[in-house]
Amino acid sequence: MAGSSSGPSLMDSLFQRTLDDLIKSLRSATAISGADSPSLVLSRAVDDIRREIRASDQTTKAIALQKLTYICALHGVDISWAAFHPLELLPSPIFLHKKLGYLAASLSFSPSTSVLPLATHQLRKDLSSPCDPAAALALEFLSSPAASADLARDLCVELSSLLSSTRPRIRVKSTAASLRFFTLYPDSVRVAFKRLVENLECADQRVVSAAVGVFCELSAVDPKSYLPLAPEFYRILVDCRNNWILIKVLKIFSRLAPLEPRLAKRIVDPVCDHLRQSSAKSLVFECIRTVFTSLDGFDDAVKLGVEKLGEFLASEDDPNLRYLGLKGLSMLQPIHLWAVEESREIVVKSLGDPDSNIQREALHLIVRMVSDANLIEISTILLNYALKSDPEFANEILGEILSACCRNFYELVVDFDWYVSLLGDMSRHPHCTKGEDIEHHLVDIGLRVKDARPELVRVARDLLIDPALLGNPFICRILSAAAWVSGEYVELSRNPVELVEALLQPRVSLLPVSARAVYIQSVFKVLIFCLHSYLEQDGAGPLVTRDPVGGSQMSESSDAVMFEISSNCSFDSRIGLEGKDNASNVQRAHTSNDSAETKGFLTYDSLKHILDLIEMSLNPLVECSEVELQERARNILGFISALQKVQGSDFDEEGFRRDPRNCKLITVMADAFLEDLGPVSANAQGRVLVPDGVSLRDDLSDLDGILEGERLEEPSSAPVFFKRSDQLSEAQEEDLPSLTESKSLLAEHRRQHEVYYLPKESSEAEKEGYPRANEAPSSVGHGHIAEGSIQDLIKLTKESLGPRRTKPRPVVVKLDEGESVPTASSLKSVEPRDDPLSGVVREVLLQDGDEPTTSRRISSGNPSRRRSKGTMIPRSTGESAPHSDENLGDLQKGGRHHRSHSHRRQGRDGAQSRPETEDRGEEGKVSHKGSHRSNHPRRHRRKEEAEGPLNVIQQAPPGQDLLL
Amino acid sequence: MIRAVIVMSTEGKSRLARFYDYQPPEKQQELIRRLYGVLSSRPEGVSNFAQVEAIFGPDTRMVYKHYATLYFVFVFDSSENELAMLDLIQVFVETLDKCFKNVCELDIVFNFNKMHSILDEIVFGGQVLETSSDEVLKAVEEITRLEKSASSGGPLPKSVVGRLSR
Repeated sequence: MAGSSSGPSLMDSLFQRTLDDLIKSLRSATAISGADSPSLVLSRAVDDIRREIRASDQTTKAIALQKLTYICALHGVDISWAAFHPLELLPSPIFLHKKLGYLAASLSFSPSTSVLPLATHQLRKDLSSPCDPAAALALEFLSSPAASADLARDLCVELSSLLSSTRPRIRVKSTAASLRFFTLYPDSVRVAFKRLVENLECADQRVVSAAVGVFCELSAVDPKSYLPLAPEFYRILVDCRNNWILIKVLKIFSRLAPLEPRLAKRIVDPVCDHLRQSSAKSLVFECIRTVFTSLDGFDDAVKLGVEKLGEFLASEDDPNLRYLGLKGLSMLQPIHLWAVEESREIVVKSLGDPDSNIQREALHLIVRMVSDANLIEISTILLNYALKSDPEFANEILGEILSACCRNFYELVVDFDWYVSLLGDMSRHPHCTKGEDIEHHLVDIGLRVKDARPELVRVARDLLIDPALLGNPFICRILSAAAWVSGEYVELSRNPVELVEALLQPRVSLLPVSARAVYIQSVFKVLIFCLHSYLEQDGAGPLVTRDPVGGSQMSESSDAVMFEISSNCSFDSRIGLEGKDNASNVQRAHTSNDSAETKGFLTYDSLKHILDLIEMSLNPLVECSEVELQERARNILGFISALQKVQGSDFDEEGFRRDPRNCKLITVMADAFLEDLGPVSANAQGRVLVPDGVSLRDDLSDLDGILEGERLEEPSSAPVFFKRSDQLSEAQEEDLPSLTESKSLLAEHRRQHEVYYLPKESSEAEKEGYPRANEAPSSVGHGHIAEGSIQDLIKLTKESLGPRRTKPRPVVVKLDEGESVPTASSLKSVEPRDDPLSGVVREVLLQDGDEPTTSRRISSGNPSRRRSKGTMIPRSTGESAPHSDENLGDLQKGGRHHRSHSHRRQGRDGAQSRPETEDRGEEGKVSHKGSHRSNHPRRHRRKEEAEGPLNVIQQAPPGQDLLL
Repeated sequence: MIRAVIVMSTEGKSRLARFYDYQPPEKQQELIRRLYGVLSSRPEGVSNFAQVEAIFGPDTRMVYKHYATLYFVFVFDSSENELAMLDLIQVFVETLDKCFKNVCELDIVFNFNKMHSILDEIVFGGQVLETSSDEVLKAVEEITRLEKSASSGGPLPKSVVGRLSR
């Protein structure tokens, strides 16, 4: 470091480069590298600064600091090493130096900057400086991100006094700064809150604006605490003519109104007035937002809002207004979806807008219009649209289709065959990056929707067989799902041999390990299936009836040596399904022929072909370093070699078929794969009863004490690994008995723990009533572009509100309510409510016997407490009376609300002008007078306070609920 | 509240960067870089809004205006009105224009200090404070006067200034 070796010299001061010089040299440093590169210029400058900043001359130091601040702010150089130097300049009598010090500090400090506490004293001095700009500098620093909770604690008293300063600029800035104080140090609310509330009524609009801004921010975190201030905000809403303030007040009301229905009723008229009369688009938009989000129970208001929003949507020349128009539509609650329908033409047209924001909003809105009646058509057209869009937007479209379809367990999907083939089409989209979602849907539908499985298997087969897809990294997860589906539901497959070939094709090596592992496991399942059905082809001995689809009905004979696979059954059901749509008709016809040939194609030769192919492809994996692959490959090869062992080296057709040991081996494996996999409830674990005497909540730390003495003898709890034997075939054979048991064990387990299993009936019901597929989802052009499809969309979305078609729909297996994903609203309700700030605010607003500032609960004679009472109370004592008719009278007397308000303020001012002690006495007296039940003056007072303001704005009976 | 105000050239060089949440310097540079990525991909004649939630986190919006060789960017959250922010950019640029008499990029490059003075009068700790460019100009002129005078701490000037500002 140059600076550390040589101290600053006079030369440095005389020939110091100014910030302008630095900027010039940076601008001329255009070379990418070498002595003239910007980074070198920067580091040289930093070296100079390190020297200069230690100068005793303030000007030299100030210029050095200014350069440093510039470098930090615009070139991202870390200057935390210089944190002390801004502090040196803060007390400077020269304003420029002071300002440079503050600028450097607020741009480069963080709340954890270690020297920050050293600034406290100077900040206090500057806050009380009579020079406006100096005090403003301190306030600016205190509301910058650099301010810390400690600073807020130490300076909140100073802030409080500035809040009622007579210097307008300081009053505005301190009002705005109070936000940061409150959030950093919630207890500062006790000192400064009531002055902030007073500032809502300041004659200076800028002060009001700043105060309203603060409340807008505060109410975003915890609106409930600010309900008692509703009258103040209401007055501003009615009287104020400043758009900036009105926007903020509307934002506050849109947060308060949902909490208090009477408030919503009260504000709906003024909001609509602004909506009608204002010429400022920003205010109009804010009114619309307030109506749509918080006043959606008022149909007239919503209608007016929609009408005004129409002007936004129709503004051809202003994309901003069109964008906000669409945004506004998307704020509408579901019950007002008619408004989206009304504007559908514009919405759909916006899908082709050159602005990607507008496209996106339009897409969201279109997806919202989807119903079960138009899902197929809209999805098909959107998918075609995705083909023409840029990759990013295309994927957004795909994502929207997927989430619309899977919403609430595929609620909108009636025709699962269609949906499954849509998933297949999506996978082939050239830019598709939604592999993860599609993977999940394929597997999930397989598990949940039994009737969709035949089509699922067909789609999976088409994906697997296409070698071109293997190279696309985004699709590998889809392929893995396809492989799983093919293996799991292989009995529905048209041609298992073809499947094995697809699963073992050479390009599979391009897939990641996780997918390849699934591939190999699927090969295993397919192989078992082939062997199994080969054996039973001759009807070699009917024993176990197997339901290939449900798979859950099986005889309990554990000695099952032979069985009959009901391939007829499976293929028959396929024939039943056939002919659903034109597109797949031909294929299906082909399939049905196949079903007759099933026996034919599983010849001994094809079996041998499969076995050879497996051995050839998987042998190299035995040495694979990926354990997942190695293990699964060895499993299959082990099984094959077990077969060969039984058979002897010579594999001959007759022997193979006759040998009962073969049959047993194969049957056992087939049984192992027999049981259907089902979806598992996310909270199944939680429903396991805790056995008596097991306490899960006890701390286990005392276990250490118990075990202390025995530690040495304690047996190692680490798992023991044994070297895997290469003799897999033997291991397999030894395992056979246990495999035979698996089925009965499963059944037994199911019997014992029925609760955690899916009900059998649900997955079997309606097996026969599988609906016919719809007409082919229209051949809406891959050929023709936007115009055509947009026209279609416009036409289609029209139907979405029409009467819903009733159509039998396959059963979707659902688990209990616990499975549903947490919705936004349920998440919202979890939001932390015990935020310290809102606690203090409520306390101060409700005057619940609080003690001000840090000195809690000392004496009740604390002046600031009395002060705060003084202003809060007269409002309620002055005009609230226990009888509501008196209230009414008061209102009538006041006539207009702001009149009654000014009356209130007089009372308040009066209270303030009085000495504080007297004030307290007065207050006590009044509340005594006003109350019949004066035994509990404090409680009564609290009640009145909340009621008083409410009574002013709404003549509804006072509600205690407001306080809660 | 306003989360950040950023002025950057159409080449991606930042000219003014003010963050109202604490962001370490490296992070600031990264945010600006990513923001530039968004801005430079926006064609001409489209809306002034862009999605930045991926960059600045949930509940953030952004509005920008493109003047000659500069982007003026305001990042804000749901407590601000989109169109009002657009107006605020207008106020900011108008003030700069009045302050520098036909502002150009060079004025902004070489007046780091003054840019911050102006911005601080309009946006204070993330809150909109002043929306009249004339008022801002008045305040900034007073600050500039003070900066040029030798001292602000002496008893005499302080009281003079104090009286002036009252």
